[in-house]
Amino acid sequence: MRLFKTHGAAGPVATSLVVLAGALSLPSSASAQTKTITIDGSSTVFPISEAVAEEFQKQKKGEVRVTVGISGTGGGFKKFCRGETDISNGSRPILRQEMDECAKNGIKFIEMPIAFDALTVAVSPKNNFLECISVADLKKIWEPAAQGKVINYSDVNPAWPNKKITLFGAGADSGTFDYFTEAVNGKAKATRTDFTASEDDNVLVTGIERDENALGYIPFAYYEPHKAKLKALAIDEGKGKGCVKPSLEAVTAGTYNPLARPLFLYVSTKAAEKPEVKDYVEFLMTKGPALVKEVKYLPLPPAAYATSYKHFKDGRLGTVFGGVPEVGVSVEDLMKRDAKI
Amino acid sequence: MSITSTLTDGRVAGRAADSEFVRRLKRRRTNETVFICLGLAATSIGLIALAALMIDLAASGYPRLTADFFTNFPSRRAGQAGILSAWVGSLLVISVTAFIGVPLGVAAGIYLEEYAPKNIWTNIIEINVSNLAGVPSIVFGLLALGLFVYGFGTGRSIFTAGLTLALLILPIIIVATREAIRAVPWSLREAAYGVGATKWQVTQDHVLPAAVPGVLTGVIIGISRALGETAPLVTIGALSFIAFLPPSPVSADFPFISFAWLFEGFTVLPIQAFNWVSRPGDDFQSNAAAAGLVLMAITLVLNGVAIYFRYRLRKKLQW
Repeated sequence: MRLFKTHGAAGPVATSLVVLAGALSLPSSASAQTKTITIDGSSTVFPISEAVAEEFQKQKKGEVRVTVGISGTGGGFKKFCRGETDISNGSRPILRQEMDECAKNGIKFIEMPIAFDALTVAVSPKNNFLECISVADLKKIWEPAAQGKVINYSDVNPAWPNKKITLFGAGADSGTFDYFTEAVNGKAKATRTDFTASEDDNVLVTGIERDENALGYIPFAYYEPHKAKLKALAIDEGKGKGCVKPSLEAVTAGTYNPLARPLFLYVSTKAAEKPEVKDYVEFLMTKGPALVKEVKYLPLPPAAYATSYKHFKDGRLGTVFGGVPEVGVSVEDLMKRDAKI
Repeated sequence: MSITSTLTDGRVAGRAADSEFVRRLKRRRTNETVFICLGLAATSIGLIALAALMIDLAASGYPRLTADFFTNFPSRRAGQAGILSAWVGSLLVISVTAFIGVPLGVAAGIYLEEYAPKNIWTNIIEINVSNLAGVPSIVFGLLALGLFVYGFGTGRSIFTAGLTLALLILPIIIVATREAIRAVPWSLREAAYGVGATKWQVTQDHVLPAAVPGVLTGVIIGISRALGETAPLVTIGALSFIAFLPPSPVSADFPFISFAWLFEGFTVLPIQAFNWVSRPGDDFQSNAAAAGLVLMAITLVLNGVAIYFRYRLRKKLQW
């Protein structure tokens, strides 16, 4: 009856240690001198950072390591402003309260737009009455007051059929949600709530694909691979410029308004002094555009990267947004503005 | 037992009573058949759902299960992306969890069942332990972020992750340990006390060995749950792209053993799979399925080992 001493509860522990020893007999490239760049933030920007980090590490042949987390734009800024990360990814500019938090901890930063995303309003390809939608009509559909009132397409525009609208949109924790509600309804996070919401854009893609009365908004990177099964609507901003389909050309030309949004990197000045971070930013500004395209995002015009890199080298601190959300800003406009801390 | 043999048992009198008995017996047998069918259906619904899931995962993930998939780091190209950092991370984190969670949980279970006085405080502790088992895992993540990461400064590391998951599975192991100890017959303890054994001797030599199979069941459930957790690890700051392994714990130089790996950043399989599922396009979906398969396989293997030990220990138990 003394078997506890011989086997007993140590069993699973011993087992895990055996497995563990197996895991660690693998060659490990780690050494104490290796420099690490830590990046965290928006999951929308993640594919870009992942691609750049992957190529950068390859080029440095293991001398510099890069880690990328996805705490979300807000979660990323929290860590960034505590001085825990070198670079923060944002799918929106930094907000006033986050700037205050950074200032409190003595964290200064350089803001760099790195790519564009075009929020795409998509419907099923079977939808034969919608090709273009005005921002005013989108607002009629999505504003909080529409809840319970705008049920059918005919409630928005009498010329449209009397069919029930099935709505799909981003979940409340995503930057996509903040941006769309701000751009369409005029106030971030103000929206009707009776729609299918998901943080996972693939769920929205599948939902819109399967329902011929569906209408939803998704980031362009999620529309692009599914363009055979989804129909992207052209957007009429209502300023007499007519309907514009989401595309690289339209976004670069600044005509896809107000749903084109820039994506950002925020580099802490402390990190920017380190040679490895300098190298990383240089790598991003030169190889970035091709990598951005490869992961299906929309690169900025080449001049914008040049200006952005110049701002980095000059150490231009702060944000050009002043901590308030804004929609429909063209990239040329961004580059011309003065930054505020 | 056949009807005739029951009848010839002799206690039944009169033909009317006979036919009444036969009728009732038939009804009882029908009831039993109905229950067996219901039970079978209940069991198979779970199993069929699991099988459907496995087949679905296997169909889309199996082609990705090449040697490269296990030895490659994550990549933006679906075809080159692998799970090296994820499976190593998962195993390291779960080792820390088991190393801390199991001894603590078992010790707490023994104390509460064998030593703790039965008073209001013990009752409060009991209720809280049971409650903890039902607390959503994200709450443990928030606790760990405040306490371990910021309070104790253990960083967003493998050690913190292991501690967090250990807290998560602690109530499961405590409850299982107590159930197992309670199932050990009192006569066993009394016999040991009778020959003059102390309480600890009784516990160590008799109660615990008899309870180990039950404890292992709790460990299996706890470890399986911890392996699949994502939310608390994302909260404490698990990474999504990490293309290096933690430093090895054994080295050729003095002092040969290093614990530096405990304080490295990490990712785990469920996070890697989640990250792939939420990527634009379909390329990464099969990677996610393959990562899911690997996670299931790891869970099965760890559980299989525990089940094997449980089987061997059960066979040795003879009263």
